[in-house]
Amino acid sequence: MITAPIANMTGKIETQTLEVSIGPQHPSTHGVFRMDVVLDGEIVRALKPVIGYLHRNHEQLAEKMAWLHSMPYTDRLDYFNSMTNNWAYALAVEKLAGIKVPERAEYIRVIMAELSRLQNHASAIGFLLQDCGAWGTPLLYAFREREKILDFFETVSGSRMMCNYLRFGGVRVDLDEPMLAMAREIVAKFPKFLDEFEKLMTTNEVVLARCQRVGILPKELAIAGSISGPVARASGVEYDLRKVDQYGVYGRFEFGVPVGPVGDVYDRYYIRVLEMREALKILQQALRDIPAGPAQAPEVKLRGFKIPAGDGYGRVEGPKGELGFYLVSDGGPKPYRYHVRPPSFINITVLEDMCLGHKVADAIIILGSIDIVLGEVDR
Amino acid sequence: MNYPGKGLVDGLAVTARNFVGSYFYTDRLTTVQYPEERVQTPENSRTFPFLVFDESPDKPRCTACKICEVECPPKCIYIVMDRDEKGKPRQQPKIFDIDISVCMQCQICVEVCPFESIKMDNDYEKSRYGRFNELMLRLPDLLKSNEYYRQIKPTEAAAVDAKLKAEAEAKAAKKAAAAAVAAAKAAASPPATPPPASPKPPEGSAA
Repeated sequence: MITAPIANMTGKIETQTLEVSIGPQHPSTHGVFRMDVVLDGEIVRALKPVIGYLHRNHEQLAEKMAWLHSMPYTDRLDYFNSMTNNWAYALAVEKLAGIKVPERAEYIRVIMAELSRLQNHASAIGFLLQDCGAWGTPLLYAFREREKILDFFETVSGSRMMCNYLRFGGVRVDLDEPMLAMAREIVAKFPKFLDEFEKLMTTNEVVLARCQRVGILPKELAIAGSISGPVARASGVEYDLRKVDQYGVYGRFEFGVPVGPVGDVYDRYYIRVLEMREALKILQQALRDIPAGPAQAPEVKLRGFKIPAGDGYGRVEGPKGELGFYLVSDGGPKPYRYHVRPPSFINITVLEDMCLGHKVADAIIILGSIDIVLGEVDR
Repeated sequence: MNYPGKGLVDGLAVTARNFVGSYFYTDRLTTVQYPEERVQTPENSRTFPFLVFDESPDKPRCTACKICEVECPPKCIYIVMDRDEKGKPRQQPKIFDIDISVCMQCQICVEVCPFESIKMDNDYEKSRYGRFNELMLRLPDLLKSNEYYRQIKPTEAAAVDAKLKAEAEAKAAKKAAAAAVAAAKAAASPPATPPPASPKPPEGSAA
C-alpha cells in the first residue's frame, strides 16, 4: 500500500530538499574539488565548497627551505601560470632584499606573463564551454593555441608548465633572436585564433542561453569579497594591478582594462576574450621595445642568499587575479613566514552567492567561469 | 544580416572549415606516430639530471662536493664520497643516487654545480614497471659521456667546454709560473736540493 501522499490537500506537490555531494572526482569540477549542495528539485538552495584534497603544505614547506628553493614549488601553485607565480614570488623577495632588476629582464617578464595570460584565458574559456556541454571542440581549439605558447616556454625555460624560469633579480635564460622571433610569430597568429573562437562562441545561441543572466556577481559583493582578476572586472570593478601598482615596466605600455556590464557567466567569458586582445597589445609593445643588456642582476648569488630582516608583500595581476606573496625574513637563509594570497581561493568564496537559485547544471558553469585551479586553492 | 540561429550556423561553418582544412594544411596535422616518429625537443628542454664524465666513467667530473645534495629542494640526491683503503677522500662519488620519483626537474642542481658535472638530460622515456628501485637512478645509470652531452645540447656543451678549457689553461699557467718561481729560487740558492720536476701538462679537462 502506498502511504506517502504525492500531493497535499491544496494540490501542490510537496518537495523535500536533498543534499548532494558533487565531486571530488567529477571531471567538470576543475580538479579535486567537492561541493556539498542542498537541492530543491534542481534548484540550488545552499552550497558549501569543500577544499583541501590537494593540500601539499606549500607554505610550511617554504619556511623550511632556502629562498630560492621555493621557486620551483611556486610553479605548482597555479600550474597553468608558473611564470606569473614565479614573478609574484620574485617580486616579493626583490622588494624585501632591495634588488634592482635589469631592464631587459623586466621586459622578458612582461612577455612571459602576458603569454601566460593568453594561454590561461584560452584554456579557461575552453574549459568553461566544455562545462556548458560543448565537449571537446572549443577546448581543443583553445589547447591547439595554448600548445604553441607552451612550446615557446619549453624552448626558453626547458619545461612546458613547470618553468622555474625567474630568478631573484632577473630571469634564468636570456631570450635570443630565434626565441624572440618565435614569440612574435605567436603574437602575430593569435588574433586569427581569437576571431575564429569568437565566431564559434560569442554569438552562439546555446552559449547565450546558458550563460547570460546566470550566476550574477553584484559589484558590491565583488568588492566586499575582495574578488580580483577577470571575475571582479566582469562585475564592473575596474581594478587591475598592472594599472594600479604598475609593477615591473607595466607603466610604459598602453592597454585598456575591459570591464563587464552585468557580471554574469557570459561577461566572465567575454572579459577573458577582451583581456586576451589587450594582452596582445602589451606583447606587441614589449616585443618591439625590448632593450639589450643583461637579463640577470649579477650581484644576486644563487647559493647562500640571505635577506635582511623585515617583511614584504609582492603582488602581481595573475591571469586569475591578484596573486600575492607575503614574506617575513629574520635575516636568515630561510623565510620566517611565507604566506600566499591565491586568487582562486579568494574567488571561490562567493561561489555560493552566485549559485543560489540556479540549477545544478548552472552551478557547474558558474564554477567554470570563476576559473579556479585547485593547486592554488589548497596549496 | 541577422536571422535566428545565425550564431549556430557561423559556429558550424568554423568547425567545418577546420575539418576540411585538416585535409589540406599539413601544419594542422599535429598527430605524430610516436614510437616510430619523434618530435625533436628544444635544446633547453629538460627532464632529469645526469652526470658528465670526460674520458672514462671511472673518472667523472663530479667531485662529490655535495653542493647539489644540499641545494636540491626536494632532497632527492644522495651522495657518498669515495675513499681509498686508508680512508683518504678520492674526490669522486662512491654512491650517487637520484630518486627520480622525487626529483621535480627544477634544474637548481645544475645551476649550483661549480664543476659543470651535473646536467639536465632530455630523455623522456623513463617509464618503469616498478615503483621504487626502478626509479632510483644509481651512479652507473647517471654517468654519461661528454659526447652525449654535446649531442643533446650542442650550444650549452660548447660553452661549458670552452669554460673548462680556459680554466684548465689558467690553472696550468699558474702552476708553470709557480714552478718557474721555485726553479729560480732553487737556482739562486746553493744546490742543496734537486730542482723540482717540471709540472706535467694537464690531462684533458679532467682538472
